[in-house]
Amino acid sequence: MSTQKSGLAIETAGLVKTFGETRAVDGVDLAVPAGTVYGVLGPNGAGKTTTVKMLATLLRPDGGEAHVFGHDVVREADEVRGRVSLTGQYASVDEDLTGTENLVLLGRLLGHHKKSARERAGQLLEAFGLSEAAAKQVKHYSGGMRRRIDIAASILNTPDLLFLDEPTTGLDPRSRNQVWDIVRAVVAQGTTVLLTTQYLDEADQLASRIAVIDRGKVIAEGTKGELKSSVGAGSVHLRLRDPGQRDLAAGLLRRALDAQVQPEPDPVALTARLATAAGDDSAAEQASRALGELARAGITVDNFSLGQPSLDEVFLALTGHDTHESSDRSDNPKDEVAA
Amino acid sequence: MSTATTTESKELAPVSAESLAALLVSKERPSRPSAWSASMTFGWRAMLKIKHVPEQLFDVTAFPIMMVLMYTYLFGGALAGSPKEYIQFLLPGILVMSVVMITMYTGVSVNTDIEKGVFDRFRSLPIWRPSTMVGYLLGDALRYTIASIVMLTVGMILGYRPDGGVAGVLAGIALLVAFSFSFSWIWTMFGLMLRTEKSVMGVSMMVIFPLTFLSNVFVDPKTMPGWLQAFVNNSPITHLASAVRGLMGGDWPADEVAWSLGWAGLFVLVFGPVTMRLYNRK
Repeated sequence: MSTQKSGLAIETAGLVKTFGETRAVDGVDLAVPAGTVYGVLGPNGAGKTTTVKMLATLLRPDGGEAHVFGHDVVREADEVRGRVSLTGQYASVDEDLTGTENLVLLGRLLGHHKKSARERAGQLLEAFGLSEAAAKQVKHYSGGMRRRIDIAASILNTPDLLFLDEPTTGLDPRSRNQVWDIVRAVVAQGTTVLLTTQYLDEADQLASRIAVIDRGKVIAEGTKGELKSSVGAGSVHLRLRDPGQRDLAAGLLRRALDAQVQPEPDPVALTARLATAAGDDSAAEQASRALGELARAGITVDNFSLGQPSLDEVFLALTGHDTHESSDRSDNPKDEVAA
Repeated sequence: MSTATTTESKELAPVSAESLAALLVSKERPSRPSAWSASMTFGWRAMLKIKHVPEQLFDVTAFPIMMVLMYTYLFGGALAGSPKEYIQFLLPGILVMSVVMITMYTGVSVNTDIEKGVFDRFRSLPIWRPSTMVGYLLGDALRYTIASIVMLTVGMILGYRPDGGVAGVLAGIALLVAFSFSFSWIWTMFGLMLRTEKSVMGVSMMVIFPLTFLSNVFVDPKTMPGWLQAFVNNSPITHLASAVRGLMGGDWPADEVAWSLGWAGLFVLVFGPVTMRLYNRK
């Protein structure tokens, strides 16, 4: 690792991949510092997985260049393969084999002898809390267990760079937290992690820098703080007692918060998108000021919540369209806000 | 039996961050496995699959038994006076035909397996690239051996007596398995080239039926029209059937063995690289 201390784990310039007419990845530039978690955030079909596959030498780029620890992913694919591990969107383990068999198989393929492959497999299963399921076929594993065995398979040899492609999609909140803990433990030992995700809070929890990707292009890049301030502080969701007061409340909020206010399909609900905040606290401050204004105007609020900006909101702020449009489904009523 | 436990994480032991950290500390990497070792590891994977899904042995047990019984009794009386006479001629041929037919399942299983996520992992490993496919075919070689043993056993029960003895029979099986291993590269190619399992099956049938039937497996080619003789006498299956028949019959048909091995080499040289090209592109 020491040689990469100051260097970049991943560097791409104008990376392109086309499938027929579709430009799945359309000129992506990334610079991922070694030893960090780098988040690639985007909706389904944005080009995240295609990018990861090119970086992991599984797909050949149609244009541009990509280097992993200084090695070209096409010309020096073998050097790259020796230093990276990939955990795909779906379980990248053999479902017909047991947990132990999977890890021993991969251990052998990484050059371990029978004995050390078995040892390492046993230790990893133990550390991942999978000892009891070791002799069961992976197809009988739950979603959370699959993720674990998948990540365990990726760190049989401690990789310099670990690709985690949507590691928590489809997991319940508890399993999700456990995966996050694993990622933190891996990074703490000096491994660089490239994490793709559809969830803003996941990128927020783990990544130090984030690239937002949409329709094959990077549309924003920066630290979490930079990204958030470009999006706004979040939104306030309100439910009023009297639907008749909604227009009045909307007007008040617009003035008090200088925010975009949008009625919800529910006749008593509305959402105010808070303007760019200077610090983290001010979202709450703005919200409490708004509540005060409403109370003074005699508007009864039944329910109130303060939300982090969602991926939808990030996209709305950055692109003017929401995530659904990426997959050409713009039947969402929220679209109107952009107008 | 393990009940299908899809119960969620509440029963799942927690991840131990300390032991995980301890495991990650070691940055040493063993040297990469040799081409041979990687291929054998993939061969082991194929064996494990047979162990977990033994039903897949159906096509190397029931199908060959059916073939021997069917053709012995169907043609035996007409072609050689009696089934018992005929099996003496038929068995090595039907053995070749059945095992070569069984090879086409390779294409189907490659086609379904390659779509699975685990192949992304295999392809991102720093190993000799063809080892995945070679491993596959090594597993299949075991299936071919099982099919051969099953058919020989049935044949012996029906009265087949190999004059070549144990050595001749073993040599025959070895040649057959080696040929089938090489021939299977055609199917790995189709398995990777075609998009669906059904199309792989369809194309395989189109290749395998004319190739195996238009040979000297059932009858002496001398009874065939000239144009067909020209094809049959030069077919790799004819050479292989003659070689296996000779070896099991106690002869040493050097020409036929050489022809069979020559064809086998040609199949690997032509279809091996095409398979790997497709594999790398997948």
